Amino acid sequence: MSPQQPLPVTSMTPARTAPAAGAPRKAVALISGGLDSMLAAKVMLEQGIHVEGLNFYTGFCVEGHTHAIRNHEHAKPKRNNALWTAEQLGIKLHIIEVIEEYKDVVINPKHGYGANLNPCLDCKGFMVRKAREWMEKNGFDFIITGEVLGQRPMSQRRDTLPVVARESGAFDRLLRPLCAKLLPETLPEREGWVDRGKLFDFNGRSRKPQMRLAAQYGFTDYAQPAGGCCFLTNEQYSHKLADLWSTRGSKQYELDDIMLLKVGRHLRPRPNFKLIVGRDEGENNFLEGYRKRFVHLHAISHEGPLVLIDGIVNEGDLELAARLTARFGKGRESESVTLTVTDMQGNSRELRVAPMPANEIPPEWYL
Amino acid sequence: MSHFVLDARYLLCPMPVIRTQNRIAELAPGDTLEVHATDPGALHDIPTWCRVHGHEVVSVTDVDRKISITLRVGKTT
Ligand code: SF4
Repeated sequence: MSPQQPLPVTSMTPARTAPAAGAPRKAVALISGGLDSMLAAKVMLEQGIHVEGLNFYTGFCVEGHTHAIRNHEHAKPKRNNALWTAEQLGIKLHIIEVIEEYKDVVINPKHGYGANLNPCLDCKGFMVRKAREWMEKNGFDFIITGEVLGQRPMSQRRDTLPVVARESGAFDRLLRPLCAKLLPETLPEREGWVDRGKLFDFNGRSRKPQMRLAAQYGFTDYAQPAGGCCFLTNEQYSHKLADLWSTRGSKQYELDDIMLLKVGRHLRPRPNFKLIVGRDEGENNFLEGYRKRFVHLHAISHEGPLVLIDGIVNEGDLELAARLTARFGKGRESESVTLTVTDMQGNSRELRVAPMPANEIPPEWYL
Repeated sequence: MSHFVLDARYLLCPMPVIRTQNRIAELAPGDTLEVHATDPGALHDIPTWCRVHGHEVVSVTDVDRKISITLRVGKTT
């Protein structure tokens, strides 16, 4: 290429490996478990494209187990919505665990956070980049997502959609079937692999066009996650994560930390420790699994929750923790409650305390 | 054709299904894999994952949250 020639706007040549005659082009779809990505994949299937789904497990996903932890959810059938979507569509779904790699997205987002600690723009760039790598490794032709222009304030704006395409390295191999008509033509459209005329121009926050299309395809029982696909869009969750970072003095986390933020009531009565209080049997069972890693309390004179202490405590702190633990059990109106406190080696001793009255718990203790 | 065992106990969903998927990728058609898990979500996720990928669920047992699911690897496509 001579210096005068313009640089190519795309990083790749159209067809790295042309499919065998008659074989369909292949698209890898980001499948979140929500309606939009399901529709985007269906639009491609309708055009004869071979579609396989990718779903990423970051540790913050709303999917799965956390719904199962709390008792009242036990009655409902539990399903992984991404897998369910794949089954409805009749496509394969590959679930990819990205817990370690994703930390950098959450801790150092180049484009910052949204309304809470959700780094949506960096997150989308990360996921599309992983999808591009998968596409290249598996001989697929392009990537599709269920993004809709203007639907999300951070990652789905006219000025940020190209950022995702660029930073992921997907460039014009990234097609958004639900709003493609509002965007510049992509490679699959230009090459005639997909018919741009049969793509959509969904725009804005209204869900009506998606619901109409869902009805047209006969989709009824789809998941409608409120807010976002992960806990980072949740204000209370983000508050707990911010507390974790500020009290530890560094923006780090392990999987267990972020799992525990999804469970129980969290109270920080002192800067040096917080309590994680099980709210029902399901959560108590879940917290039981952490007994060897935290000093923990539970009432023995009355029924009550299992409470983990996260932090280093002295005798005065322990008494405060015990009074709070008593507060959240059936002995809350009693004069005194007997509890056991157990250290990480499993040594237990008893404490007898007066439950803390509700009006003595400052609201700011609740995280 | 061989039989393999995967310990996915104490992992929370979706980790058991991810481990199953990654293990199956290393096996040959006709091999069987016996997955042990404790998260009840696995009872749902693993069979669904098998259906979408064309693997056969040979048996499922759940005794006091001790879950065992045996799969036969399908033809790779
Ligand atoms: S809501 Fe969560 S998973 Fe979805 S784009 Fe934002 S940060 Fe990523």
